[in-house]
Amino acid sequence: MKILVCISNVPDTTAKINFTADNKSFDKNGVQYVINPWDEYALTRAIELKEAKGGTVTVLNVGEADTEPNIRKALAIGADDAIRVNAYPKDSFFVAQQIAAIAKENSYDIILMGKESIDYNGFQVHNMVGELLGIPSVTPAFKLDLLDDTTARLEREIEGGKEIVEVKLPFVASAQQPMSEPRIPNMRGIMTARTKPLKVVEPVGAEAKTSIAAYSKPEKKGGVKMIDPENAGELITLLRNEAKVL
Amino acid sequence: MENATNQTATIKGGEFLIKETNPQDVFIPAEFNEEQRMMAQTCKDFVQDEVMPLLDRLDNHEEGLMESLMKKAGELGLFAVSIPEEYGGLNMDFNTALLVTESVGGGHSFPVAFAAHTGIGTLPILYFGNEAQKQKYLPKLVSGEWMSSYCLTEPGSGSDALAAKTKAVLNDAGTHYILNGQKMWITNAGFADVFIVFAQVDGDKFTGFIVEKGYPGLSLGNEEHKMGIKGSSTRQVFFSDCQVPKENVLGEIGKGHLIAFNILNIGRIKLGAATLGAAKHVADLSIKYANERIQFKLPISKFGAIRHKLAEQAIRIFGIESALYRAGMDVNRMEQALLASGKGENEALLGAAREFAVECAILKVEGSEALDYVVDEGVQIYGGYGFSADYPMDRAYRDSRINRIFEGTNEINRMLIVEMVLKKGMNGELDLMGPAQAVQQELMAIPDFGAEEEGLFAAENKAIRNLKKAILLVAGTAVQKYMNSLAKEQEVLMNIADMAIKTYVAESTLLRVEKLVSIKGEAAVANEIDIARVTVNDAADIAFIAGKEAIASMAEGDEQRLLFMGLKRFTKKDLYNTKEARRRIAAKLIDANEYAY
Repeated sequence: MKILVCISNVPDTTAKINFTADNKSFDKNGVQYVINPWDEYALTRAIELKEAKGGTVTVLNVGEADTEPNIRKALAIGADDAIRVNAYPKDSFFVAQQIAAIAKENSYDIILMGKESIDYNGFQVHNMVGELLGIPSVTPAFKLDLLDDTTARLEREIEGGKEIVEVKLPFVASAQQPMSEPRIPNMRGIMTARTKPLKVVEPVGAEAKTSIAAYSKPEKKGGVKMIDPENAGELITLLRNEAKVL
Repeated sequence: MENATNQTATIKGGEFLIKETNPQDVFIPAEFNEEQRMMAQTCKDFVQDEVMPLLDRLDNHEEGLMESLMKKAGELGLFAVSIPEEYGGLNMDFNTALLVTESVGGGHSFPVAFAAHTGIGTLPILYFGNEAQKQKYLPKLVSGEWMSSYCLTEPGSGSDALAAKTKAVLNDAGTHYILNGQKMWITNAGFADVFIVFAQVDGDKFTGFIVEKGYPGLSLGNEEHKMGIKGSSTRQVFFSDCQVPKENVLGEIGKGHLIAFNILNIGRIKLGAATLGAAKHVADLSIKYANERIQFKLPISKFGAIRHKLAEQAIRIFGIESALYRAGMDVNRMEQALLASGKGENEALLGAAREFAVECAILKVEGSEALDYVVDEGVQIYGGYGFSADYPMDRAYRDSRINRIFEGTNEINRMLIVEMVLKKGMNGELDLMGPAQAVQQELMAIPDFGAEEEGLFAAENKAIRNLKKAILLVAGTAVQKYMNSLAKEQEVLMNIADMAIKTYVAESTLLRVEKLVSIKGEAAVANEIDIARVTVNDAADIAFIAGKEAIASMAEGDEQRLLFMGLKRFTKKDLYNTKEARRRIAAKLIDANEYAY
């Protein structure tokens, strides 16, 4: 069983978000990067499947050299080897093409990733990869089991319930909670991570379909006025005259 | 050894008092590699995800809870860091072990259980056990299958550890030692499988033993009711005709003091590491609260009095951190040098820690006192909520206090700092006499009004050089005055120790920032430069007060005037606007909403 897990390098959830002076790029200054949390569900499930059934887990990241600490972390958690496509991930289509190119070369049984990255929240790469490779894409799934060597059963959340999907290998799936319990890398894993292969490959020629025109932050919320519960009248007046919502 | 530097030892233990250090020769935390950072993150994640949600339940001594946390920590490899590979360890260097200790340090009672197990519970077997003992116990202790504890203190002997009354007598068959006695304040006792026990063989031969839980005659007292670290198991351990197989004698008969004292050196510097982690955690809470709490329509972090506290928390934390990893690397290097000179692995680290016993004691004292400052002001920043047991400062405040007591009280450690330095001077390991005489001569000479040195830290470097002279002046006078009865003048020893501690911390801070400037440039570390300046400034003030107290008690008349004039000269510095510096230091913390240095 060969499993490919695609991981994104994203700002820590607590990072302060700032943009450069021209508002055209994200200001990386002082920002801590982590493995995209949704990708961690995919990674740990892949490792669990490997532990149960044998096989290999390869992690793939499209990113520049500064993403390597998080690739090493994925190796420390238990992936066997890693590939970094040496390019800034310009947009979803660009990334999907890189993943598809690697997948064509190596023919994986399962390609897993998080349902979206928590920075741009595109929710697109998995379906694009499925399309580019001509294989099924099941997304987003919160449960993934192998029925036998050729078939997997996934459960996905749908409006008001869940859908149970059976799919033949190979396929693409995206992960969300609670597909697995993400793991903290253990000390021995950290020590062995540096001995595991991390291959750097150059990107295939691919155009991004989009470009960033500008970033802006949401308007700051104004202060909150507290009205004494006794003064419902005052609240009505303020809602009518100041907030102008009545 | 992983990650150990191949640089040779550049300084001896205690030598900072008489020697200048090149900033490029100190290790600074910015130099930790990716692997070490990942290990630290694993420890922090473990504390955050596994320990923090359980704090209340741990403090209520929920049956088996701490033990299960310790087992999980063992599975993650947290106990394996500094143990050789042949016993299931990872063989990482000493600074990595300190970093791991720091990184679990914010976990309240957990780091106490952790340190008791990995430090005083495991290291005696690693360093003093024979091969059979190591093979039998270490792999299980490293994996977390077995838990360990350390039984030295007794109801009647704490600081005076060698006065222990527990007895061990070889039975008639010559197969077992029969232990009788009582041990007090034993951390991890409630769930330990292994007890490192010290007892007097034949009445006066202080000796270590490895005692297993199941040996007949061992029993436990109830959990103690404590002010803080309530989640750690602390019990009495009773030995009533406890039968310990002869092969479980640890080290040589009558050489138990070597185990007890050598292990304590490592325990002390590790305690400094744990307090650093705890202090960073409490500083984070303080900053966040100060940013959230609105009074007079402003977050209280906008007010100068609160900014002062936030900045001072950071300054003290930066100080311990600078001294900790500087000393840790000095131990590393000395260990490498001893290995290279043909010493065995065990003797190398023990010897290195013994060499830097002064610095280990300094880290213990300064770490525990800095943490006490940080939690005290943490409570103050929280105001009324700081006094509420429903908010986190209550636990932080209570848990901090024990650090000034265990691993040798801070008073014992202060006396040790001075006594160990003087001993090194007496037996020729350190040339104290030459520099002390030079100070005396300088005192009689006309003050140097020559051109000022130039450079970013010219004033601070001069201040540190002078502080060392002030210490030699006061310590030299104390030695001359009291000779062999100096040990009885504990107040003076405290004064000298305070001067030495503050000087070491200030110098370490300055060296770290000088190195940072050389790596990142002045502009990138402007706040760190402020921290260094405030630290040196305040160290000189504290040294002045301590020195004044000592001189006033030791000398009279002309001699007193001369000494006091010297002290003033050696602690003199230009006025520095610490208020504005602290405001700048605080601004970065407030903006980052967490400890950010």
